[in-house]
Amino acid sequence: MDLITLSPVDLALAALLVLALAGVTVWARMGLGRSLVIAGVRTVVQLLLVGLILQTLFDHAQLGWVALMAVVMLAVAGYEVMARQQRRFTGLWGYGIGTATMFISAFAVTVLALTTMVGPTPWWEPQYAIPLLGMLLGNTMTGIALGLDRLTQTVWRERRTIEGRLALGASWSEAVATMRREAARSGLMPTINAMAAAGIVSLPGMMTGQILAGAPPVEAVKYQILIMFLIAAGTGFGTLGAVWFASRRLFDTRERLRLDRLRAGRHA
Amino acid sequence: MDRLLDVRQLKTAHLGPLDLALQPGELVQVTGASGAGKSLLLRALADLDPNTGEVKLNGDPRDTMAPVEWRRRVAYVPAETAWWGERVDEHLPIDFSRPAALHLLEQVALPEACLGWEVERLSSGEKQRLGLVRALLNQPRVLLLDEPTANLDLENTKRIERAVRGYLAEEDVAALWVSHDTLQRQRLGGRILTISDGQLEASAWT
Repeated sequence: MDLITLSPVDLALAALLVLALAGVTVWARMGLGRSLVIAGVRTVVQLLLVGLILQTLFDHAQLGWVALMAVVMLAVAGYEVMARQQRRFTGLWGYGIGTATMFISAFAVTVLALTTMVGPTPWWEPQYAIPLLGMLLGNTMTGIALGLDRLTQTVWRERRTIEGRLALGASWSEAVATMRREAARSGLMPTINAMAAAGIVSLPGMMTGQILAGAPPVEAVKYQILIMFLIAAGTGFGTLGAVWFASRRLFDTRERLRLDRLRAGRHA
Repeated sequence: MDRLLDVRQLKTAHLGPLDLALQPGELVQVTGASGAGKSLLLRALADLDPNTGEVKLNGDPRDTMAPVEWRRRVAYVPAETAWWGERVDEHLPIDFSRPAALHLLEQVALPEACLGWEVERLSSGEKQRLGLVRALLNQPRVLLLDEPTANLDLENTKRIERAVRGYLAEEDVAALWVSHDTLQRQRLGGRILTISDGQLEASAWT
């Protein structure tokens, strides 16, 4: 494989571009400079750390360590989903709905792909399991976060409509059906767009990475197709599940709209 | 006399505990200062807000009825009705009876054609009248009316009053009617409940 190794200088040059952007936003008083720099530093620190962890994990490939890594990834993704909600559920539900649905969808799809499609030995071989799970979690996280955020925002805004429908004898499910559809759309749209535009508008990141690393383009493409389908399934089922559970949670057993089960998040 | 709606120890976060009974065909007015809990009382009876207590319709406890069934029988019409579709008829029960709809529309002085009107075009008074019509199409046994004539001129106000009175008499239905208007109170007559700070303060006859 003809992989060109990047030197620290190469990375520093790329970092200069971000610093330049931060400089421009400060100059234009857009208030983004600080966030950009912090995000940039986080990228470096987090990725370097994860590189080290992955290297260690690959050197000591044991199911227990892989599982621990997977749980940590899930826990962080669950937190991210919650943190992106302008109105989140009170109590454990705020964290639980997103995390549980991500666990069900992303983990199920990853395990299925590992055992039936990719088929490394052992099936949890970290070189395959961790990147696959990472991509699935990353995408389901976005889908679920978008879907939940849209759901709670729309329900909050349209509570009069929902209660109007309830008062006329609609079930909770009928009363919230349009909001749920909108939330599912908003969660799935990025994935559908990515699939539709794949290869034409952009070369997907993973494929680009494999090609840069010297893999034959056709092999890279096959992996990319596999990944995109897995992502679509994981994000789709995850988002639908999360939106359904969340919409159910917005009503109690007597089918009353319970907005008191939501509280304002950080950005509200 | 048998009770159509029987409420005991009704309690919500901001209301009660209070007792209340409605006879068939009876119109009871609810009055009280703004924020006293009039709308909350109606919402609790429609089971839209969490509440405890014993609520019975025709002797059947509310808990034995599905929420959907309950809200069709005990219809809450808010002061500001909600509209979500493009055309008026999208907001009617799917299985509504056309003759019944025409009869009700006639009583509130709206033409049949209004079922095809765009919601955008409706005046607030038309919305209020149509809001009442669509609730009545569910054939409720109890009506919970939150200022049903707030946006109407006197002529249409009197029309609604007559329509509701007529409906109560024809169908042996009972109604709670929240009103601020002293003249209306006299026109409607009957029992008047006064709410203050979430409590039933007084019950009087006009």
